[in-house]
Amino acid sequence: MNRRDFLSATAASSVLAWLPQPALAAVDYRKLLILIELKGGNDGLNTVIPYADAQYAALRPHIAVARDQVLQLDEFTGLNPSLSSLMPLWKAGELGVVQGVGYPAGNLSHFRSIEIWETASKSNEYLQEGWLTRAFDQSPVPRTYAADAVVVGSPEVGPFAGNGTRTIALTNTEQFLQQARLAVGAGQAHNRALSHILRVENDIVQAAANLNTNHVFRTAFPQTGFGNAVRTASQVIASKAGVAAIKLSLNGFDTHSGQTGTHTNLLKTLADGLAALKAALSELGRWDDTLIATYAEFGRRPRENASGGTDHGTANAHFVLGGAVKGGLYGARPAFDRLDGNGNLPFAVDFRSIYATVLERWWGVSAVAAMRGRFTTLDVLKA
Amino acid sequence: MRRLLFLTATLIAVVCGGAVSITRAAPPHFEVMLLGFDAARHLLSRTGFAATPAEIDTFSRLTREQAVERLLAATDKPRVTPPPAWVTEPVTPASQVRTMSVEERQAWQRRNVARGLEMRGWWLQEMVATPSPLTEKMALFWHNHFVSSQQKVRQPQYLYRQNVLLREHALGSFGHFLQAIARDPAMVIYLDNASNRKGQPNENFAREVMELFTLGEGQYSERDIKEAARAFTGWSIDGEKGEFLFRSLAHDDGEKAVLGSIGNFDGDAVLDILLAQPQTAEFIVRKLWREFVSPEPDAVEVKRVANAFRDSRYDIRVALRALLNSDAFYAPKYRAALVKSPVDLVVGTLRQFQFTTTDVQPFALTVAQLGQNLFAPPNVKGWPGGEAWINSTTLLARKQFLDRLFNASDMRPAMMLAAPPLANQAVQGAPINAMRQRLMRAMAEIQFDSHGWLQRAGNEPAQLQRVVLAMAPQHALPATATGIDVIRRLTQDPVYQLK
Repeated sequence: MNRRDFLSATAASSVLAWLPQPALAAVDYRKLLILIELKGGNDGLNTVIPYADAQYAALRPHIAVARDQVLQLDEFTGLNPSLSSLMPLWKAGELGVVQGVGYPAGNLSHFRSIEIWETASKSNEYLQEGWLTRAFDQSPVPRTYAADAVVVGSPEVGPFAGNGTRTIALTNTEQFLQQARLAVGAGQAHNRALSHILRVENDIVQAAANLNTNHVFRTAFPQTGFGNAVRTASQVIASKAGVAAIKLSLNGFDTHSGQTGTHTNLLKTLADGLAALKAALSELGRWDDTLIATYAEFGRRPRENASGGTDHGTANAHFVLGGAVKGGLYGARPAFDRLDGNGNLPFAVDFRSIYATVLERWWGVSAVAAMRGRFTTLDVLKA
Repeated sequence: MRRLLFLTATLIAVVCGGAVSITRAAPPHFEVMLLGFDAARHLLSRTGFAATPAEIDTFSRLTREQAVERLLAATDKPRVTPPPAWVTEPVTPASQVRTMSVEERQAWQRRNVARGLEMRGWWLQEMVATPSPLTEKMALFWHNHFVSSQQKVRQPQYLYRQNVLLREHALGSFGHFLQAIARDPAMVIYLDNASNRKGQPNENFAREVMELFTLGEGQYSERDIKEAARAFTGWSIDGEKGEFLFRSLAHDDGEKAVLGSIGNFDGDAVLDILLAQPQTAEFIVRKLWREFVSPEPDAVEVKRVANAFRDSRYDIRVALRALLNSDAFYAPKYRAALVKSPVDLVVGTLRQFQFTTTDVQPFALTVAQLGQNLFAPPNVKGWPGGEAWINSTTLLARKQFLDRLFNASDMRPAMMLAAPPLANQAVQGAPINAMRQRLMRAMAEIQFDSHGWLQRAGNEPAQLQRVVLAMAPQHALPATATGIDVIRRLTQDPVYQLK
């Protein structure tokens, strides 16, 4: 009996029954979570644009998006025009925009800050397990699933790091199935290290046995790396045995110089990929039970630098989308009048509030253990 | 110019006497107890990398003490791989970095990345070629203890110099080591002590020196950290020369209270206070235990070794002797109890099977892809190691690497190179792609003389199993398996991931 089995057994029996629990719906991993990492630190201010704030243009004389170009969400805030593929979602009330997401004592190192996000640690603590590993440890995903989580296009398992989570990383499903032939996955062992290896090998075998490569979609996926990742994710979702979470990533947001062209392309790639993902999920009848959320290590500094780019910042804007999302603006607009000593923004929404929302309101899993504390959830989901 | 590199330097010395092994069957009243084959294999795979049959055979004829003394004596041997020429170049002065144009800065960063890759290749090659694997094991152990990363330090000369320092002190006095590392420019940069100034303390170094270098978590208060940080104010670097510099004007020479002692402490005085705590010896010994023995330290044994360590004024050799000569080290329950690190897997495989290649350096990229990017541990705590090395991605990548090495697959080499392991900044792309190309060539031309190796190893499946695996395989060999097929099966067995 491994630790996961033990936990699932005890959760069902008396140990947890008498503990005070917040009122949660029954745990439901048929609801899918898709995380999208915007690697390098997306410039939230040129993504979700406070176009009516005069300081926005003043801080960014060369790279500010012109007011008349912005796709207006309300009289104050708009989207970068290269996100036009997201506008149908906004109009359908299925796109939530959370502004001012960050954490106390923001770290400006890519490596450290993404680790803070992915482990949901405090700025000065180092945790080994990803935040979803802790959540799945507490409320296990059914063993019948192909895997707990699939990471597409990157070997870094991020939020699923640490032992216990059945995470499969793959670039495309066919290649994974070919590699997986090397896994045999049989037997048990008394040796602790060996039993861990056998468990991982078994996970590979189980995933390989349950993943599709051949669902035919009507959706036209964009001919980009990210479009391919969306196609792979859709293929995974089309498999009969489910997964609880999928992580995708889009690279290249570390725009220190000559930002505008690069950023425009990245945002278009992102939005077109998301639109294709919505189409594929709708085809599969999964749009209403899928929640998509973006994240990144940090946002970027409000004032542009001397190279037509932006440096590492703190608070950032993120998206949540899906058929169950209550569209609209959340969080707080950028407070340009309250920049810190580095010229960075104060945050308004702790990123762990978004995670707590996923755990408690989406899946019905208590967030206290996974978040190592209580964080207010956001009212971004339809009842 | 294409000099054939012999991957193992030590194997020629001894001709293996077939598969006959000397077991440790001698009863306790015998004065001389020889290690025997399995214990010798265990010692060599823990203190170094997987050994050749000949090496195991040599050590099997030694006593425990003789074996450990031979390993320790070998650490005095000089390095055999010349470092890249640029390591002696002065660092780029900070003033010059500040005034670079965008293009200049990008070119400079690209050069740092390219050189960082060369440096990883240099270390990997040294691990494969060294006559003293213990030297490399200890250098890597300390790299994972006194962590610094090129991701933050950037200029590779700093990290090369730190690596030389790690080697210099790896088996010396831990006290002197600690004093040296506190003045090491890479460490000063990595833990922000350059910005630790009187009146504006930066606590990063003071915190980590207690939590990660000496006492361990929970053995000090936040107040101790604040006070200790004041003692290290002014421990800075000269950004023009790239050397340690004590800035007396930035130093706070007032009174401090650290762990119950009060005085006008400077940094060295605080280090002395930390060394005087018994927890420090135990903390280091627990870490040595996890490196050499098992994931869960035995409290009684740790105390015994820590006492010897402290009584010797922190002589690291004394700690190693106490650990490696113990019954506990050889206890059956600890055999095959450790997961091979990526370095263990890659370097050990190349050494044990005596692969030959003209270019071993790009295998540093394989090690990085498997999760151990040398000179760039994930954070100040280093690689967590153990079971954390193995997840679905890394396990499949390990199996595929082995599969390719023993040439059993028709998979295209490009597939194992699909995922970029390192940072994602565009500036790093070109040098990494070049290294990837080198790795593809190296994988295509690497040679394993299976015929010769099998002859030396004994050819008999049961004996091959004892050479290649730390315990019986998970999947028993079919009776019909022979030759290279046995090797392929054993290296694909889950037990091959253990040491």
